[in-house]
Amino acid sequence: MTPLLTVDDLSKTFRMHHLGQALPAFERLSFTLSAGEFLLLSGPNGAGKSTLLRTLYRSYLPTGGRLIYQSEQGPIDLATAADVDIAHLRRAEIGFVTQFLTARPRVAAEEIVAEPLRLAGTPRETALDAARHWLATFGVKPDLWRAYPTTFSGGEQQKVNLARALIRPRRLLLLDEPTASLDAGARAALVRRLAELKDEGVAMIGVFHHPGDVAALIDREIPLKTKEMADVAE
Amino acid sequence: MTALAKAMPQLVTAEPLMRFDSLSKRYGPVVALDDVSAHVYPGEVLGIVGESGSGKSTLLRMMNLQESPDAGTYALDLPDLPPNLFDLDRFERRMLCARRIGIVYQNPHQGLLMKNSSSGNVAERLLIAGERRFHVLREKARGALDASEFPLDRMDAPPVELSGGMQQRVQLAKAIALEPALLLLDEPTTGLDVSVQALVLDTLKRLQQDRRMTMVLVSHDLGVIRTMADRVMVMRQGKVVEEGLADQVFQDPQHAYTQQLVHAKL
Amino acid sequence: MTLASLTRPWRAFSYGFLDASAKREMRRKMIKAVAVPGCQMPYASREVPIARGWGTGGLQVTLTLVNPKSVVKVIDQGADDSVNAASIRRFLTRVSGAGATNDTLAASLIQSRHRIPEEKLRADQILILQVPNPEPLRPVEPNMSAARQMHADADYGRLWLTLYEQIVRSGRVMQGASYPSMVNGRHVMSPSPIPRWDVPKLHMADHLTILSAGREKRIFAVPPHTRVEPLVFDDVPYRVEDHAGLTCARSGLTGYFMNEIPQDGGGSAHEVSDSELGVKAIRRAEGEDPEIGATWYVDGEMQR
Repeated sequence: MTPLLTVDDLSKTFRMHHLGQALPAFERLSFTLSAGEFLLLSGPNGAGKSTLLRTLYRSYLPTGGRLIYQSEQGPIDLATAADVDIAHLRRAEIGFVTQFLTARPRVAAEEIVAEPLRLAGTPRETALDAARHWLATFGVKPDLWRAYPTTFSGGEQQKVNLARALIRPRRLLLLDEPTASLDAGARAALVRRLAELKDEGVAMIGVFHHPGDVAALIDREIPLKTKEMADVAE
Repeated sequence: MTALAKAMPQLVTAEPLMRFDSLSKRYGPVVALDDVSAHVYPGEVLGIVGESGSGKSTLLRMMNLQESPDAGTYALDLPDLPPNLFDLDRFERRMLCARRIGIVYQNPHQGLLMKNSSSGNVAERLLIAGERRFHVLREKARGALDASEFPLDRMDAPPVELSGGMQQRVQLAKAIALEPALLLLDEPTTGLDVSVQALVLDTLKRLQQDRRMTMVLVSHDLGVIRTMADRVMVMRQGKVVEEGLADQVFQDPQHAYTQQLVHAKL
Repeated sequence: MTLASLTRPWRAFSYGFLDASAKREMRRKMIKAVAVPGCQMPYASREVPIARGWGTGGLQVTLTLVNPKSVVKVIDQGADDSVNAASIRRFLTRVSGAGATNDTLAASLIQSRHRIPEEKLRADQILILQVPNPEPLRPVEPNMSAARQMHADADYGRLWLTLYEQIVRSGRVMQGASYPSMVNGRHVMSPSPIPRWDVPKLHMADHLTILSAGREKRIFAVPPHTRVEPLVFDDVPYRVEDHAGLTCARSGLTGYFMNEIPQDGGGSAHEVSDSELGVKAIRRAEGEDPEIGATWYVDGEMQR
């Protein structure tokens, strides 16, 4: 079976024009990820784990190599795909779960969580019901549902993020330390949810501060190493 | 791996609503636009960022057919339109803009009749489109002002008596009254103080999400672009220096100028 | 050779005060105006011996149309005997030898500013209206080049906007005179400062109306049997002045446009605005039998 994601010779180097320097994050990386597989990225700080996830999400542009993704409409190279296709895949197929709240201020938590469904055309009330379900699952108290998450504690914000990231079925999930500041209850709920998703065939690749949390899910591990900065000619 | 074709097909998940090809414009010796091409897809927000004189406002004026380029074409994927909108005559341009393109200017004086009532300003748009029923004008003006989160108890106050933020809401209501296919925003929150700016942006964002409205937002303020835009086009000296998904342009800017711009701001 | 052999006795340079070339231009512009109903045609507007703004536009049209067989009637604010009306009438008869009358039915040329007579005009009569401000768009678009563009585009939304604002502010259309009206479904004109009461008289009328603004140098026309429709919202009908129930204190006439005469006690009396109609009614009451023509309004209702 064709892997869902084929990473082929992928490199990412940050070029910092004002310093005249280039910072390689990872070089000539190749691996595959199939439906229902769970891949752990490991390595020290600065090894490029988060960078790899963001490159897969196209928040970072790869410097070389290919990222062949089997989308529902056919294979596509995420490294060179048009922005509009990437935007479509982000809405429909590829989810990114981060510890940082990216929500807009002055929008209620339940609205933030419901947004991915509403973008997919789900009626407002249905989307809000689903949002409330997931907020409850991750242990956000109902009195916070109508509040603005910018005022929440880090842990609560994180739960809102998770609910938002997982509310819509995805085929590929990129997990950037999703358990980082969660309490035990929420962490257990998240792991349960990830296990369910894995059973449903969702492919996942992630960075975990405490890989022990998800030990039972991990199929393979990709170790990354730190790179040196290099001078480049402008 | 080598079995995979070298060039991957694009998915083409959407046809662009708006398409600009190779626009060039000079004002005497000054190059305002130099071979600028752009696409805008339905339901997305394209942010155009750049310093004064970068050509971003010229580009927006062309999108609103207020100006013609020396070379290049402009197409909108709407029924009954020619392949190049610059072929339209003055009257056809005016009608197209009035009915299908909404615009919010930085300066409310440009977009509003300051001494007419706010609801009248919205009604004017509907009148151009041929609406001649008073109660319909009234209801639609009320609806558009409400969608722009304008306080309805002031709907008949003239803009000259309103605050800057409220004036922008009137402009917005006027722009969306006919449910345009394309909404152009020319520095819509520049000149507002920060808290008001945030509230106006909230309204824009909500409108965008509720109606899946296609928007082009021009601003020199990266914060505004970052809040609003799905994709970003960075312009400098009449050229597009960088174009990409908003998070990519802000997190991983490729061009030296964009890096400088992003770092200067953050 | 004597000086006398080289000269000849004085006689008028041309008939009817205006020189032949001025009249030729007027004729051409009138024909154009008739050809495109309601569209303002520019013309040179010659000097005539009254001040600009006192009816020079109407006077030039009348001087062009008048001939010795004409019978002219001149009214000002509905009255034939005001100073301005009387002096224009006297001037017209002196330079043309035409007859003068106060009777609407007897006149062939009727020059007016504020009123259209209450008695119906016939196909053989011409109504000449003196227009101070011919441009209906001026209040909404001070730039005349832009206004002309708007006429070209039939872009009259801003005029409806004015009506919208009036209804919003006052609950009704406040435009009293010079009510903007669509002519022949194409051009909006400002029908001189006639009251709303008089605008329906222009619609599908038997007579030709020529409107001329001397100061602004614009001439336009409503040919016979041409649609003249005051701008209205589909759901807010056109309303004329509420004069149907008023009675003239002097003539006893009811159902015509009235002038309000303030009284010492603080109240007001009313007097029929078309003074000649009032005079005829009084003469009839005194036992004479003046001919009173059919009127546009009967008992305050416009007759179609």
